[in-house]
Amino acid sequence: MKTRPALKNLVEMGSIARDRRTLLRGAAGGALGLAAVASGSTFATAQVASPEATPVAALLGASGELTIYSGRSEDLIAGVIDIVEADGDIDAQVSYGSTGEIAIRILEEGTNSPASLFIAQDAGALGQLANEGRLAPLPVEILDRVDSRFVSPDGLWVGLSARARVLVYNTDMIAKTDLPASLVDLTGETWSGQVAWAPTNASFQSHVTALRQELGEDATRDWLQAMIDNGTVAYEGNGQIVTAVCAGEIATGLVNHYYLWEKIAEEGEQPAANYYFPNGDVGALVNIAGAGILADSPNLDQALRALDVLLGTNAQTYFAENTSEYPLVANVEPNAELPPLADIQTPDIDLTDLADLEGTVALLTEVGLL
Amino acid sequence: MAIGGKPTGLSYENLSIGSKLDRRFALRFPPMVFLIPALLVAALMLAPIVYLIVRATDSGSAIPDTLIRSRTLVVSWNTALLAASVAVSASLIAVPLAWLTTRTNLANQRFWTIVAALPLVIPSYVGALTIVAAMGPRGIVQGWLETPFGVDRLPSIYGFFGSWWALTLFSYPYVYIGVQAAFRGLDPALEEAGRSLGLGPYRSFFRVVLPQLRPAIAAGALLSALYTVSDFGVVSLMRFDVFTRAIYVQYQSSFDRTAAASLALVLVAFTILILALEWCARGRARQYRVATGAARTVRQVDLGRWKWLGVLYCSLIFLSSVVFPLAVLVYWMMRGSSTGDAVERLWGQAVNSASVSLAAGFVTVALALPTAVLSVRYRSRLTVLLERQAYLGFALPGVAIALAFVYIGARYVPSLYQTVWLLLIGYAVRFLPQALGAERISLLQVNPRLEEASRTLGENVLGTLRRVTLHLVRPGLLAGFGLVSLTVMKELPVTMMLAPIEFETLATGIWQATQTGAYGRAAAPALILIAVSAIPSLILSRRGLDQTA
Repeated sequence: MKTRPALKNLVEMGSIARDRRTLLRGAAGGALGLAAVASGSTFATAQVASPEATPVAALLGASGELTIYSGRSEDLIAGVIDIVEADGDIDAQVSYGSTGEIAIRILEEGTNSPASLFIAQDAGALGQLANEGRLAPLPVEILDRVDSRFVSPDGLWVGLSARARVLVYNTDMIAKTDLPASLVDLTGETWSGQVAWAPTNASFQSHVTALRQELGEDATRDWLQAMIDNGTVAYEGNGQIVTAVCAGEIATGLVNHYYLWEKIAEEGEQPAANYYFPNGDVGALVNIAGAGILADSPNLDQALRALDVLLGTNAQTYFAENTSEYPLVANVEPNAELPPLADIQTPDIDLTDLADLEGTVALLTEVGLL
Repeated sequence: MAIGGKPTGLSYENLSIGSKLDRRFALRFPPMVFLIPALLVAALMLAPIVYLIVRATDSGSAIPDTLIRSRTLVVSWNTALLAASVAVSASLIAVPLAWLTTRTNLANQRFWTIVAALPLVIPSYVGALTIVAAMGPRGIVQGWLETPFGVDRLPSIYGFFGSWWALTLFSYPYVYIGVQAAFRGLDPALEEAGRSLGLGPYRSFFRVVLPQLRPAIAAGALLSALYTVSDFGVVSLMRFDVFTRAIYVQYQSSFDRTAAASLALVLVAFTILILALEWCARGRARQYRVATGAARTVRQVDLGRWKWLGVLYCSLIFLSSVVFPLAVLVYWMMRGSSTGDAVERLWGQAVNSASVSLAAGFVTVALALPTAVLSVRYRSRLTVLLERQAYLGFALPGVAIALAFVYIGARYVPSLYQTVWLLLIGYAVRFLPQALGAERISLLQVNPRLEEASRTLGENVLGTLRRVTLHLVRPGLLAGFGLVSLTVMKELPVTMMLAPIEFETLATGIWQATQTGAYGRAAAPALILIAVSAIPSLILSRRGLDQTA
């Protein structure tokens, strides 16, 4: 069990929030410059929450307005936002974009960012913001609800749902028994021109980061090169790969498990299935989609409250039923058609080690994939 | 026939007097009412460049310089190849089309003239999506061929070929519109003179008509090349490694702002190079009629028994660039099992798209006007510089413009950040060149004597602008307005990053739907977007026809 600094205590978080507000108000009142004055307008909305709130009220978080930046698409997340609004009594404003774009936007906005909560597609982007000191430490009460392997060890972000990397394959073209035991074996001659991947996709890149942890830098480079030499086909994203595999354009592809289920939900049965690499192979990486609270959040209380709802039964059930992802809190079961999370023989990799995206991008650039 | 060599401004005009007058204009210092706004606009255009330089000189890219360099080479080559190919093929499609629809007795000429410009209303990423869906290795076309002919996969269209195909189809109207207008504007007297001097119909076309079209073809080809260089939707779907895609990948996957900014600056330099080539090629020729007498309409060429070929040519282009993407969208909409977005929501998106596009068109045309007037009427080193740097909008990748204004907005003018105002500024910076180009062409066609007369009669600079110039350049203003509005409607990166929170447009609606591969759901906003932009563009081109008729 990782130890967490005492600071990450919800009650203290409440008081930090109040301290920051007082500080800001003083700054604005002191005519400390245009920026501070102008930020007073966004700041005023934070005052909807009673400034004299007791620690107990802070613990629950206050109702009010909240600006969320979502790196996950509206299709996947809008239903959960509805739950946040209803259960948390929050008026949420959501700005959508791709995870990378949103992370860059938060970095460029600086401390004036209107965002309070960042919902990200993968741990890498959250890790990046954490490294830049842009995420606030989360209270232990939030962090403890999720298995510690899906939480940042510094307590800066928390997983909301889990997704497994799989090899999606066209069942008319390939028999399950012919599939390889390891991701590494996809360089074999049988798979020449048969595999799709998405080098520009964040999930794929996290997966390569995991490979670097597991196999080492040189072996990963060799593997990538062998895959390229073997005619592995690059697609723009997981969705396009699943479409291509279902259409029989290509036999297999490396994707996240839920894209196939979305395709089935949209268009009915497909001649395709997900294959989970067995025996703790690095191919069966389980990654998360998660969230963090911005350190300069204008609506800290509401952000906490929203996070509380996101890790509650309703939101978690929504992830299980509507996005076919794995819920991360106790007592919520995943989609019955999925293999239980516990049955996926995942490699022994710490998700925080996946934050080194820069190294991965450098490697992918070096072999010519980016 | 220069009369005494002394320009009076009232004498019979000819070339030598005209050019002396132009030189005299150059000596006049530009009035402050134009200069100050033009300088402010210039500062806006420079802001993203400053931002990129600041970012590119940050240390801390994880990618070694050597890698960046070798990658930049590949990307530059791909971009150059694609831009040149698209410019050439777009011209080859557009010039015959323009000739058929203006100079021949082609049946339904009016109809073809109007639909020939329609591909402009189809967002290139939607067009590319439909092309991939239909002509991909296992797409719809392959499905048709499988049973009768046993074709189990088509050759891959990804990479250069697909990008070139899609961009040609959706950008040829840039050449067509200009060349078509040039055909209409040609003074038939020159062609008749050529014929009377013994040139046959073919030789007179190549020796008299084509040289006069050259500026229009060059300008159109330049526009389609610039469109290609700045397009992201097509190249990302077709997976062709050009600048916009490389920049996106750096931002998207590694949050590497340094590498991305360096690449973006190389793209800026690259585009400036293209523009410089065009500036060198651009003549200084005057475009307005100097002779007295009215321009007459030209005699139409009788296609005779080749008429069917003309119709076939127009139909093929219309089918592949307009009917085909529409058909695929309708097919998706009918096939998609998900009910799609609620009607009210689509309506809201359509209203947002339309209003923000119209507003952006208005703002951009207004912001471009001072620079246009200065560069045409007060030509000097300074004003030429002002004009040319306005073309930076073409050179800057959309995502860089968006991030620059995110940076400036959030940090320095938070009261504007995530408001429609900053969004409009972002659009104006991105599309200023389109408005400026249209205004310049119009201004060049207006005889400066008319403005002179107004000044002689006691009107001041602003009054002349309002009461004389603006009336005369109305076609240019309208064209710039239309062009900017149509492009804004399709714009994505600036819209995504600068729009107020929860401000949805049709373009962001399409983006949302395609994120998860839900093409069925993308079809409805895409069709509405095409319809909403088609209506004004139809009205514009019909009015254009009526005016020239």
